[in-house]
Amino acid sequence: MKRDLLDSLMQAQRRGTTCAMLRDLKTGGQGLYINGEFTGDFASGPNLKPLVLKAISEDVSGRLPEPYQDIFVQVFNPPVRLIVVGAVHIAQALAPMAAMAGYGVTVIDPRRAFATDQRFPGVTLLNEWPDDGLEALKPDRRTAVVTLTHDPKLDDAALSVALKSQCFYIGCLGSRKTHQARLNRLTRMGFGEADLARIHGPVGLPIGALTPAEIAVSTLAQITQVRRAKPAAPQSAAA
Amino acid sequence: MTEALASAATEDILREAAAWRDAGRGVALATVVTTWGSSPRPVGSQLAVDQGGRMIGSVSGGCIEGAVVKEAQDVIADGRPRLLDFGVTNEQAWEVGLACGGKVQVYVERVE
Repeated sequence: MKRDLLDSLMQAQRRGTTCAMLRDLKTGGQGLYINGEFTGDFASGPNLKPLVLKAISEDVSGRLPEPYQDIFVQVFNPPVRLIVVGAVHIAQALAPMAAMAGYGVTVIDPRRAFATDQRFPGVTLLNEWPDDGLEALKPDRRTAVVTLTHDPKLDDAALSVALKSQCFYIGCLGSRKTHQARLNRLTRMGFGEADLARIHGPVGLPIGALTPAEIAVSTLAQITQVRRAKPAAPQSAAA
Repeated sequence: MTEALASAATEDILREAAAWRDAGRGVALATVVTTWGSSPRPVGSQLAVDQGGRMIGSVSGGCIEGAVVKEAQDVIADGRPRLLDFGVTNEQAWEVGLACGGKVQVYVERVE
């Protein structure tokens, strides 16, 4: 790998800019696609842009389809994000676990006593009301949102924004009873069945989690499942 | 094609590779470019290797890293990239193969 390409790639990663590294596995050719431009060996070749854009939008690395199967595209998207609402004890476990799993984590809590650097070393904190905070972060389809405050004022504010976004996962801490009450409130706020069906509540996979760290494991496991697990193979259509 | 890895991990690998190079050491970068069947690491996974065999990252669950590190020494020496095949159908399976039965293709290139 040429050093200038490696440096440009690392710079893009630091800035959170999407880019793609291209290599010709037969000739050793190499180049970078960044900010709409090709640099390196693919700058004057065939128009690969639509194929590279497709790989980027699908977040998949791999060989290009024929006749370009010798060209390997490696997609470097910014990390998938996890937005945690509520700088509570479970968040203290979930934030570092999610970071280790590769997520860019932000914790939102307007209560300054909770959202402190001392309680969340190295984690991005936002001392904002959850709806303002979420609006500012613009959740997209590469974002997961988890509410942990247990306080309807804060959780519902976050959900009112999350449910209008394309985020791929929404999870809410709370018992079945609490969750039913939450769904009733959201219905009164005008959300429909399809909206409410997006919410995972009680949050996490049912593994009997008890402690904050265990609940964090169960939550991160569920986010992983939603993001990665392939739907069950369809049954044979033959009658 | 598999989903791209979160860049948090690849970022560390590339940074380390650049740091080794800056320290004057020969460095090669190995990347999983194709997989078939069940393979332990998805396409795009990377392993950086230096001339002393130091490594960061992975291209498998540990089954083929030894062989990749060995090939990487040749790549560092002559600068010629290599495309390596590993899998149970490969003749190398007796030596280094994937216990899981998958196949994987790894591209090894020198960091200039």
